[in-house]
Amino acid sequence: MNLQSNDFELFGLAQEFAQDLVALDTRWKALQREAHPDKFSAQGAAAQRVAMQWSVRINEAYQRLKNPLKRAAYLCELQGSPVNAHSNTAMPKAFLMQQMQWREDLEEAASASALEALSADVSTAEKTLLQQCENLLDAQQDYAQAVSVVRCLMFIDKFSEDLAQRFDAFE
Amino acid sequence: MALLQISEPGQSPNPHERRIAVGIDLGTTHSLVAAVRNGVAECLPDAQGRVVLPSVVRYLDATRRQIGFDALDHQTIDPGNTIASVKRLMGRGLADVSHADRLPYALADSAGMVKVRTIAGEKSPVEVSAEILATLRFRAEDSFDEDIYGAVITVPAYFDDAQRQATKDAAQLAGINVLRLINEPTAAAIAYGLDNAAEGIYAVYDLGGGTFDISILRLSAGVFEVLATGGDSALGGDDYDRALVDVFLAQSGLKINSLEDQAAVLAAARACKEALSANDIAPVELELSAGRMDLSVNRAQFEVATAALTAQTLQALRKVMRDAKLSKPDIKGVVMVGGSTRMPQVQKAVGEFFEQTPLTNLNPDEVVALGASIQANQLAGNNPSGDLLLLDVIPLSLGIETMGGLVERIVPRNQTIPTAMAQDFTTYQDGQTALALHVLQGERDLVADCRSLARFELRGFAPMAAGAARIRVTFTVDADGLLQVSAKEQISGVEAQIDVKPSYGLSDDQIAQMLKDSFTTAESDMRARAVVEARVDAQRMLLATQSALSADGDLLSLSERTSIDVAMEKLRQISTSDVAADIESGTKALANATEAFAAMRMNRGIANALAGKNIDTI
Repeated sequence: MNLQSNDFELFGLAQEFAQDLVALDTRWKALQREAHPDKFSAQGAAAQRVAMQWSVRINEAYQRLKNPLKRAAYLCELQGSPVNAHSNTAMPKAFLMQQMQWREDLEEAASASALEALSADVSTAEKTLLQQCENLLDAQQDYAQAVSVVRCLMFIDKFSEDLAQRFDAFE
Repeated sequence: MALLQISEPGQSPNPHERRIAVGIDLGTTHSLVAAVRNGVAECLPDAQGRVVLPSVVRYLDATRRQIGFDALDHQTIDPGNTIASVKRLMGRGLADVSHADRLPYALADSAGMVKVRTIAGEKSPVEVSAEILATLRFRAEDSFDEDIYGAVITVPAYFDDAQRQATKDAAQLAGINVLRLINEPTAAAIAYGLDNAAEGIYAVYDLGGGTFDISILRLSAGVFEVLATGGDSALGGDDYDRALVDVFLAQSGLKINSLEDQAAVLAAARACKEALSANDIAPVELELSAGRMDLSVNRAQFEVATAALTAQTLQALRKVMRDAKLSKPDIKGVVMVGGSTRMPQVQKAVGEFFEQTPLTNLNPDEVVALGASIQANQLAGNNPSGDLLLLDVIPLSLGIETMGGLVERIVPRNQTIPTAMAQDFTTYQDGQTALALHVLQGERDLVADCRSLARFELRGFAPMAAGAARIRVTFTVDADGLLQVSAKEQISGVEAQIDVKPSYGLSDDQIAQMLKDSFTTAESDMRARAVVEARVDAQRMLLATQSALSADGDLLSLSERTSIDVAMEKLRQISTSDVAADIESGTKALANATEAFAAMRMNRGIANALAGKNIDTI
């Protein structure tokens, strides 16, 4: 166990997509209890520095593990199929069409309730994709195929952010 | 036969090892200091038995000043030199202060942070706050008849980096060792949660004199995990006062002609607001330079006049609930904090929003200081069995300016701290050998709409074609919520880094000078104090190392053990010296000698945590 261990090793978890989020959360807190700088505040500068490094590393791993999109992308990368979101932008045509439709709906949404309907559609699509991801990563171990699902999820993630901003604008 | 002494449960067995650590709530309207005594957190009173210190400083001439109630009494007589609500000015430029023309004192523009014009010269908000903090420090030292080891100071959760840094500087200026800055709603949650053995998800609604915070926390077995935070660092009771002033002026047709008028009408508004919390109607009588004001305001009028302010807080509630991805039934309780939550319209609005009666069974003025003192006691090492763990978040996103005046977000808001996040950037022109980095905080996409925190340059990497360089910018936010930024060109290895400090013109040297001028009487006192502090630090380091060795000494090889023993022995010898710098260098040497050991101990701790064991409970 060291700062270079991968996120799953650091948290003592099996290297797979399906994770028990409650167990993950409990493990995170157990690790922070050992590593948080507050625990070392009366123990001098050296202990503080080490604690800060570990605490930061544990939070980094936790953020990646608890977010299904980040967890999926990370698993692909660990298996030698990096997502390369910037250089590889090829997307299934049907997915792109749906994206365009959503974008239009977002532009035209005139009320918070219209946004909520759109938001429900998006989260249904997201759930389906996450299910596919789990199947590809854990059962079939088809990482190349998983990468293309992860890319779709990234689009959805970005769209959800824009959706949230529009919610803000209605207030 | 002499009786043998037995220490209290949960306390350090050796009374000399016990350190006095306090929690300080540095508020807009008033401030408090609290400490854990005999296992119980309590606010420390002044000689007259009052726990609240009005956050008011009056400058009488170049050297004399009044702080607290004495200053408050002169607010309407000497408004120009009597500074109240200075917290609203912390880390702010003149352009940021929307209500500057309505303050009863004069502001002066100054690089980075506004200043206040007084008879004693221009005073920065940091200096004014330091006066308040030093007063509380002296109160604590008098209470215990001992120097304080350090303090946890609370800040609004929604304070940005500049406001946090300014608060830390003020504490330093007041001669206080800052153990940690913690967020006010988190401090309140500690006091509330521990007192009531609360478990589950709670909202803390904190409306103070000048700031508003809303935090959503998950409480479980001593862990206080902030899920999301929001608010407005320029919204509070002061704004309700100003709304009432507008009602007075409209009803009476009178105008404000002087700073004295301004101060008088504000004081009347505050009294009226407080009266309306208990009564349906409140009379207002006062003498202004333009004539006599004699009217009355009822609660309905007050509610209408301030409805927009209350609505603003509800908007922040909706946003924070979305950020936390929660809905109203998830919230088990709503804790009300801050004097302004005494207003019935605020309690009603919050109750309606969450569809439950807010918890008002605690003292909204004291709860923040009490929570801070509990954290301080643990950070000082007085409560080794304590299992308090705070997992707080950063309130506002942090980013970097990119081409076209846009902000690229590097650390998103509500990220758990401490955290470090990095992103790669590249050059815009062929042959570029330097990069200007502009660090920003805020949620908007345009640079102009975010707060500028710092600018620095990365220079001297090899010229390359546009887009070929790889510059990794890393943002590190520590457990105080303070930011450090570093940049490194990956190919050449050229690096630069800065601690983000607001540029209000106070260097560390200046702070040291002001410290000397303001809070100590003589040079020799300063030196003696420095030596004592260095010895205390050395002693603390030796004790910490000794206890680490007895717990985990088996991790060390003989030669590793020997080099630590040597460094300890050297420090023991040098700590009798009368030169502070010598002792400090010995402490530093021991810290360096134990760095690898600290890393090994951490590995063991982590391994035990994974095995489901907790060192403290074995």
